[in-house]
Amino acid sequence: MRRIGVALGVAFLVVFCLAPFLWTVLTSVKPGPEVFAMPPTYLPRALSAENYTGVLEQRPFARYLLNSLIVAAASTALALTAGALAAYGIARLRMRAAGTIEKGIFLFALFPPAILLAPLRGAVLTVGLMNSYVALILVHAALNVPFAVWMLAAFFRQMPKELEDAARVDGFSRLQILSRIVLPVSAPALAATAILVFIFSWNEFVIALAFMTRDEMRTLPVGISLLSGATAYEIPWGQICAAVVMTTLPVTAAVLAFQRWIISGLTAGAVKG
Amino acid sequence: MSYGYVALAAVLLICVIALPLAVALVGGATHYGEVFSDRELGKVAFNTAAFAFASVSLEMCLGLLFAIVLHQTFLLRGIVRAIALIPWALPTAVMAMSWKWIFNDSYGVANDLAIRLSLVGHGIAWLGRPGAAFAAIVLADVWKTTPFVTIILLAGLQSIPRDLYDAMSIDGAGPLQRFRLVTLPLLRPSIALALTFRLIQAIGIFDLVRVMTGGGPADSTKTVALYIYDVLISYGMPEYGAALTGVVALATFLVAATFGALARGRARA
Repeated sequence: MRRIGVALGVAFLVVFCLAPFLWTVLTSVKPGPEVFAMPPTYLPRALSAENYTGVLEQRPFARYLLNSLIVAAASTALALTAGALAAYGIARLRMRAAGTIEKGIFLFALFPPAILLAPLRGAVLTVGLMNSYVALILVHAALNVPFAVWMLAAFFRQMPKELEDAARVDGFSRLQILSRIVLPVSAPALAATAILVFIFSWNEFVIALAFMTRDEMRTLPVGISLLSGATAYEIPWGQICAAVVMTTLPVTAAVLAFQRWIISGLTAGAVKG
Repeated sequence: MSYGYVALAAVLLICVIALPLAVALVGGATHYGEVFSDRELGKVAFNTAAFAFASVSLEMCLGLLFAIVLHQTFLLRGIVRAIALIPWALPTAVMAMSWKWIFNDSYGVANDLAIRLSLVGHGIAWLGRPGAAFAAIVLADVWKTTPFVTIILLAGLQSIPRDLYDAMSIDGAGPLQRFRLVTLPLLRPSIALALTFRLIQAIGIFDLVRVMTGGGPADSTKTVALYIYDVLISYGMPEYGAALTGVVALATFLVAATFGALARGRARA
């Protein structure tokens, strides 16, 4: 009984989570006319790469990809540096007011980016940084600092104290302890945090939409969401699905490859939470 | 000085978010009165509340179910856990294009499946009718964010000591009793955490709606965040947008705090 229940639950979960993505993959590999076949074909009658070559040749997909990579990589580096230092200070150093500082940082996680659009856009207009990487990188980094602190503080708290004590006896300075002992030991937690922050920045939509008004500065999600045909009746759904697959496949691969670290990192944070 | 460790994070948060927020809230000061007589805001606030209620309640139920499933031991559990994370990790705006294609009125697979299962006699213009568009958006959001609830609740389940269940079994309690007397009460902090964050995110929903319906048909799916975007960019009224931000941010905070406290309930007292 119990086994059948679990099997049914697992089957439902897998189908529910994968179906929309699989349907997009299937559409993307169909040749032009079959994309619009009625009724739709559940197994493609023929395979074709034309949607992929089409979107790469006719649309500035490579440029969107480059923009997304620059913004996500730089904001991840910044958020991870700021987050790791703060988390270490909060979790491991006997700082007075550590609790207050931690709560203060988490306060910033309570605002969805879309609600913060007015102040953020106002600031960017004031300093004249529309259509620049710098503004988007700084905003993505700042928005992800609370999450990085949350994940890493939970990890640092679990670390055995003896490691640092031994290093202190050996005459290491605090920064040396952090760089030579703590960070190497924390590599899995740092990697999990970095992957998730990278994904959050890679996926972010509303700020990127509002900050980047020139087509050549758009990031992937914004660029893809604005893909359309010459008229409403010519929407290139095959190409759109190909673009969706190319954007989501790296994320899917990263989640599958690092699932153990990601899940243990997230659950460690959530239990402390 | 150990405070130096938090300096970079503090500078980022203060200069990039807190300062602009303070400037905007002061700049919008003369417009707060207008917010409360804004009829369009009333309409979009209602849409947002309906969306948040429908999607978050479905996600909490389904997320709990998934968390219980993933807490069992079965073959390939690691991979299934990773699969359960995938919808959450994919870009919402990009997958919204997939949902738009799935719900396409002429060629969409949603209509084909509905007809094959005899749920409808002929195709529906899913994104072109107010009720159907709302349902489509809720479904897409449930797909997208149930994994978030699942992972938080799974963490909660993993932190419940096994002995408690063993003790209950010795006392002759059945599975339902164990769930009601052990699992649910001990899961309350996790439920509160998931509920708080989900409410905040649902109230601030933008990308999914913007891409799937643009707030239509006839503004029936327009949410507060879409409205703020319009006020700022389409109507070009930054000061009024700032005043809206103040009111909406405060309301979001109050709703999340209230429901979070309710869910935490006895666990805190």
